[in-house]
Amino acid sequence: MSVLKVENLSYTYNPDMPNRVKALDGINLEIEEGTFVGVIGHTGCGKSTLISHFNGLTKPQEGRILLDGKDIWTEWENIRQVRFNVGMVFQYPEYQLFEETCYKDIAFGPKNMGLSEEEIDSRVKMAAKFCGITDEMLAGSPFDLSGGQKRRIAIAGIIAMMPKVLVLDEPCAGLDPEGRELILSQVKNYQQTTGSTVILVSHSMEDIANYADKVLVMEQGRVYNYDLTENIFRDAENLSRMGLGIPDITKVFLKLKEMGVDIGTDVYTIPYAVKSLLKYKQAKEAEKNA
Amino acid sequence: MLKDITIGQHFPGNSPVHNLDPRLKIVLTVAFVFVLFLSTNFVGLALSALVTLLIYKVSGIPLKMLKKSIKPLLPLILFTVILNLFFIKGPGDPLLSLGFIKIYKEAIMFIIVMVCRILFLICGTSLLTYTTSPIMLTDGLESLMKPLNKIHFPVHEMAMMITIALRFIPTLIEETDKIMNAQKSRGAMLDSGSFADRIKALVPILIPLFISSLRRAEELATAMECRCYHGGEGRTRLKQLKITGTDITNTVVVVVMFAVILSTRMFFPRVI
Repeated sequence: MSVLKVENLSYTYNPDMPNRVKALDGINLEIEEGTFVGVIGHTGCGKSTLISHFNGLTKPQEGRILLDGKDIWTEWENIRQVRFNVGMVFQYPEYQLFEETCYKDIAFGPKNMGLSEEEIDSRVKMAAKFCGITDEMLAGSPFDLSGGQKRRIAIAGIIAMMPKVLVLDEPCAGLDPEGRELILSQVKNYQQTTGSTVILVSHSMEDIANYADKVLVMEQGRVYNYDLTENIFRDAENLSRMGLGIPDITKVFLKLKEMGVDIGTDVYTIPYAVKSLLKYKQAKEAEKNA
Repeated sequence: MLKDITIGQHFPGNSPVHNLDPRLKIVLTVAFVFVLFLSTNFVGLALSALVTLLIYKVSGIPLKMLKKSIKPLLPLILFTVILNLFFIKGPGDPLLSLGFIKIYKEAIMFIIVMVCRILFLICGTSLLTYTTSPIMLTDGLESLMKPLNKIHFPVHEMAMMITIALRFIPTLIEETDKIMNAQKSRGAMLDSGSFADRIKALVPILIPLFISSLRRAEELATAMECRCYHGGEGRTRLKQLKITGTDITNTVVVVVMFAVILSTRMFFPRVI
């Protein structure tokens, strides 16, 4: 069953004003439980607006959002419960830290959920473990840490609420490759260990290709495509034409196709590239021998 | 909620109101305030309303904005009404008396005039910021205040401070919105609970806001220094303010309208 369902969602900024912008235009979407969904699209295509609907920060102007088959706005008093179930990590989440110690900051969410002290403690430790946060860091002030470390604290603050759906809006923006790798692998680890759903918004095709099971491509407030990752990259030429950066390895295979060696353009990770190249080589050799 | 703040908002456009030299626009706005407080009869007030509407029409600013800019000031207006209703006494008999509360005809008249003045004041002055970009506005202010340089008043620094403050209003609003969303996502309750609870709930918002403001200020200072900013001395401008023929014509039209409003003082009796 799908954990999150979007029905015919539309949203316009500044309606009835001269500077109105239609950000979302009739979105229909179903996200299955336990999947890692990547969301890509141009700046301003409505990605952030879409995900702010997922946990009820924005009220739909048209259409509905269903969490576990229930419209999240029918009982709007329970919107807080929805926010605990759909954890949201915003862009540059390190700017939301405010407590004296990292421990307290991570505990802010669970505390708001009204959990017992022991439960809060175990959740903070669990979240810290997932995000690679040491005990030393937990006891210190978040403002003494580096940017990447702060961000991991902020993500741990969301993970500590143990949301069914974890939404991350460009969690890697402005981080070095090592930092990106670390955060994304930790998120992937969290998803696989707990069986939760992850929605990752990113501009980096590379990241999406490496981690996502399914990809949602958005264009001008509409769903351009929503499919398994390999099917999405089969369409690499069109993505490239839309101005979306495709993984470098896919570019190599596109170029090969252009040069007359058609191995397929749905190659989007290095291991898969090695495999398909080897297969191609074997096929060629078999052809020669025959 | 924060989106309702209209102060300092600017709507780019290409109307005669937008294109008027900012210095003239500031002077005319100040003049308008005087005209409002000098119109002591209903005809004058009605004409002021007409002029305001006319200028709005010309500027192409949607009238809906009027409603938005008045809304946050309603408590203030209400306060004025209630205060004046009970405390102004007239020479005649009260219209209504309930024990120690006495309401006079003069009080009602005064309130009508006062409310009209406040409303038109808000509408007229918001038009200045709606149609003038913050940079133009401070350029105009700086140019107008230049004579104060003679008495060693730091005109340029003042203008720069105003520019920066105005420039950062939308940024700060956006930032507050973002932080509020982030804390709401972590279950912060911002609009329910007792007064003490609500004050406490502000901490997770104010601390990040202060930290980012300080960071921003520092970054801005560094960026300005990197571009060799060293105050106003010897600084030239990309856009020189220049009063054109159209500016003069438009100003004359507005001044004539103001004069007509003021002249009503001679023909109609004052109500207050």
